[in-house]
Amino acid sequence: MIEQLIFYVFALVLLFSATMVITVRNPVHAALFLVLAFFNSAVLWVMAGAEFLGIVLVLVYVGAVMVLFLFVVMMLDLNLSQLREGFMKHFYIGVPFAVVMAVQMLLVVGSGLFAPETLPEARMPIPEDVGNTALLGSVLYTVYVYPFELAAVILLVAIIAAIMLTLRRREGTRHQDPGKQVRVRKADRLRVVNIPSARRQSEQE
Amino acid sequence: MAELTEFIWIMAKIVAILVPLILAVAYLTYAERRVIGAIQARNGPNRVGPMGLFQPFADVFKLLFKEVVIPSNANRFLFLIAPMLSLMPALAAWAVMPFSDGLVLSDINAGLLYILAMTSLGVYGVIIAGWASNSKYAMLGAMRSAAQIVSYEIAMGFALVGVLMAAGSMNLSGIVNAQAGPIWNWFWLPLLPLFVVYWISGVAETNRAPFDVAEGESEIVAGFHVEYSGTAFALFFLAEYANMILIAALAVIMFMGGWYSPFHGLPVLGPMFDWVPGIVWFVLKMTIFLYLYLAFRATFPRYRYDQIMRLGWKVLIPVTVVWLVVLALMILAGLGPWFN
Repeated sequence: MIEQLIFYVFALVLLFSATMVITVRNPVHAALFLVLAFFNSAVLWVMAGAEFLGIVLVLVYVGAVMVLFLFVVMMLDLNLSQLREGFMKHFYIGVPFAVVMAVQMLLVVGSGLFAPETLPEARMPIPEDVGNTALLGSVLYTVYVYPFELAAVILLVAIIAAIMLTLRRREGTRHQDPGKQVRVRKADRLRVVNIPSARRQSEQE
Repeated sequence: MAELTEFIWIMAKIVAILVPLILAVAYLTYAERRVIGAIQARNGPNRVGPMGLFQPFADVFKLLFKEVVIPSNANRFLFLIAPMLSLMPALAAWAVMPFSDGLVLSDINAGLLYILAMTSLGVYGVIIAGWASNSKYAMLGAMRSAAQIVSYEIAMGFALVGVLMAAGSMNLSGIVNAQAGPIWNWFWLPLLPLFVVYWISGVAETNRAPFDVAEGESEIVAGFHVEYSGTAFALFFLAEYANMILIAALAVIMFMGGWYSPFHGLPVLGPMFDWVPGIVWFVLKMTIFLYLYLAFRATFPRYRYDQIMRLGWKVLIPVTVVWLVVLALMILAGLGPWFN
């Protein structure tokens, strides 16, 4: 009873924040609503027993990805009126795409692939004493090891590509070389000069 | 009815954790001022109550009675919710903390992951505060702080991956029990580089000196909370110190044997200290780390921003990656007394 109540509360907040993401005007507010949506879906996953996935969703998406997202959105000086311009023009092109996507999703979700009796739980009962994380790991590194490694390699390629895109070597900038700074010795920088102190005027004459 | 009593019981436990925690925050601020005072050869607060012991309460009441000023053109809702967003994760993380054998509110299996997720949420309070304040100094402070927290989270996460490899468990009680034994059985010894990386990134995560560029007062006034006053400022203050205590408690659990006494299992000394409850050892070890926080602040100059980034990305993360490989070899070899 309480569990259902909690589920409906979080599900409603999830739907509300997901709707707000696409309707709210201010892009920063939209990003924050997306954070809220992620957080609520993480709660729903934890309630469904997928504690590892739920916590990792918070850790990766809420804790890292959305922070960088917010970063970018806050730094960009977005012109709101420019963004809203031409909404009706794109609306007529957008609607068919939205309909096609909705039909596709209905076909996939409604095809029976996601029916309760086809879930892996039904085919392969989960042992009670083994944790969620250990189970996931044992499958990920045995049955699905090749897809898993492949995904890792794709991510690595994406990382290298992203770094290469932002890497600009400009001539003439004065970068510090920390290695050089550490290697510097006193003798390289400091020269002790023995300057004879000036004599009194009376002695000079 | 049974559900209701259980609910009340859980609430009582939460209060039993939070009240000592908030008192600890109050006295940590007092300790900070006294310790730094002693290091700088001055007295620190010693007027309110005996030896100045009521100073934290005087500070709290002063802040509570001050007006909360909301800057013009600030986003009112986000401005007020930001301090709460920074405090809530700092308090929520304590739900899985084992204070002694079996003395834990929620003994979940993914405890370590939960802690990492909660500590990664704290950055939102900082970012939202910086943005909602509609002030350039606050914005600059928030940007610095967010970049720093996100960078050091990686090093910290990797260091804790080493701990969970060594313990073979993500349950915090399980991690402590994997270190059962005298002081050289604890994980600080086989995981020494990870321990150092964890502690450095822990200090950086909490935006404390020498990594306090987020509120570098000589450059950007007070950073992200420059526009806050009264209770809202007090909440930021509370969150910072609660996070410090959390990082110290995690250091004790992950690397310093949690509630075990340093003589546990030794022939003569072990039984001599058996009467000391585990929570006493836990708190004693925590105070050592908290003292380190204060000593750092009094002795180190502030890092420059690019130096912080270089340290995080080019020194700490490679160290953790190398040591994870070394650790895997140690576990495969069954190196005693930790992994046999």
